[in-house]
Amino acid sequence: MSLWEYANPKKFMQVSARVLPVVIGLAGVSLTVGLIWGFFLTPDDFRQGSTVKIIFIHVPTAMMAINAWVMMLVASLIWLVRRHHVSALAARAAAPVGLTFTAIALVTGAFWGQPMWGTWWAWDPRLTAFLILALFYLGYMALWQAVDDPDTAADLTAVLCMVGSVFAVLSRYAVKFWNQGLHQDSTILKVGEADPIAPAYYVPLVVCIIGFVLLFVALVLLRTRTEIRARRLSALLARERLA
Amino acid sequence: MTALLIRDLRLAFRAGGGFGLGLAFFLLVAVLVPLGVGPEGATLARIAPGILWVGALLACLLSLDRIFALDFEDGSLDLLATSPIPLEGVVAIKALAHWLVTGLPLTLAAPVLGVLLNLPGPGYLWLVASLAVGTPALSVIGAFGAALTVGIKRGGLLLSLLVLPLYVPTLIFGAEVVKRGATGAGVSVPLLLLAGITAGAVALLPFAAAAAIRVNLR
Repeated sequence: MSLWEYANPKKFMQVSARVLPVVIGLAGVSLTVGLIWGFFLTPDDFRQGSTVKIIFIHVPTAMMAINAWVMMLVASLIWLVRRHHVSALAARAAAPVGLTFTAIALVTGAFWGQPMWGTWWAWDPRLTAFLILALFYLGYMALWQAVDDPDTAADLTAVLCMVGSVFAVLSRYAVKFWNQGLHQDSTILKVGEADPIAPAYYVPLVVCIIGFVLLFVALVLLRTRTEIRARRLSALLARERLA
Repeated sequence: MTALLIRDLRLAFRAGGGFGLGLAFFLLVAVLVPLGVGPEGATLARIAPGILWVGALLACLLSLDRIFALDFEDGSLDLLATSPIPLEGVVAIKALAHWLVTGLPLTLAAPVLGVLLNLPGPGYLWLVASLAVGTPALSVIGAFGAALTVGIKRGGLLLSLLVLPLYVPTLIFGAEVVKRGATGAGVSVPLLLLAGITAGAVALLPFAAAAAIRVNLR
């Protein structure tokens, strides 16, 4: 019994068919609880008013936008080393989800920034780095689209993902150098220090983060299953054409 | 390897199109920007470092797809891949050839265009220095992008989409060197970081590019 057993597409389909409804259910419950709690049952901030509640979508999606890329990097490495097709397809499946989260984080950030900073957009290091991350996602997805042979596409995108990760991190620190920030630092990991995020916001935020993590897992599982089915379908069609 | 370098340079000079086109494009950018933003010297002086770097970067981008595409089409890339030279070396030589026909002329031409854009006096030295240090990175990163897209028909647009995000750190540090140089501030930190990116890219990306070519030739 090893982890790699689940790299077998058949085994993966069996297990994911059982796991997926559970993950969807848990994601639905935690998102419903977290978002309703966050939006309706928390007090307005005395300076930010009700705009503070954007945090319940903004922070989890921003976290997942980065984590999705990390997941793609791990999946790409597994593909390059162990040649498990499910891994490559999972990386492919995660990219549009990651891009969507990036876009949501940028848009909700703009909605919050307009009343708070007085601008929809500023060339702040964090904002800029996220825009660059979105470009990386676009390039990655475009390369998948452009290459016909699935194995070649998987190899090339895996290499791009690795090189892109290095340059994404480089860009993150380069933009820090280039402009001083307007965006506040992350407070999530600073709880326990002086002046952290208030517990009234923190608890529903954690629920929302859990919800978005589960949502990401559910979407990636679902999309990977779709990719596997698409691959099987094209194999069937090819076989039919030969016969 | 020297023979390969000479062959690539000869092809670039004689086959026409690639060489000089980048330079002409760079010149056009430097001419069009003042037409767009107006002739006020102070405005131009402020944006000159950025415009010159963006122009150089785009000019470099123009000829990237030629690095491997022609050799891929006529089969010489297969021969190079099976030759005794490691493919990583082939990539490095081809990136060097690309730099010699685009990056180097751009570096040498940049001061002239700096005059057009009213670049402040102390900036010229740092403009040349930053381009000399930074353009090799542009060529190597571009060679990696070209290696990824070599098997794709009409991959030019895709190549830009893949390569431009990778150019971000180089552009930031390169333009920062010139900006600081033009205002007389200390330039050593961005210049060293730029040199670090170039050194890292030159050392590591040929391996990634060679891996991509091997996949594409499979």
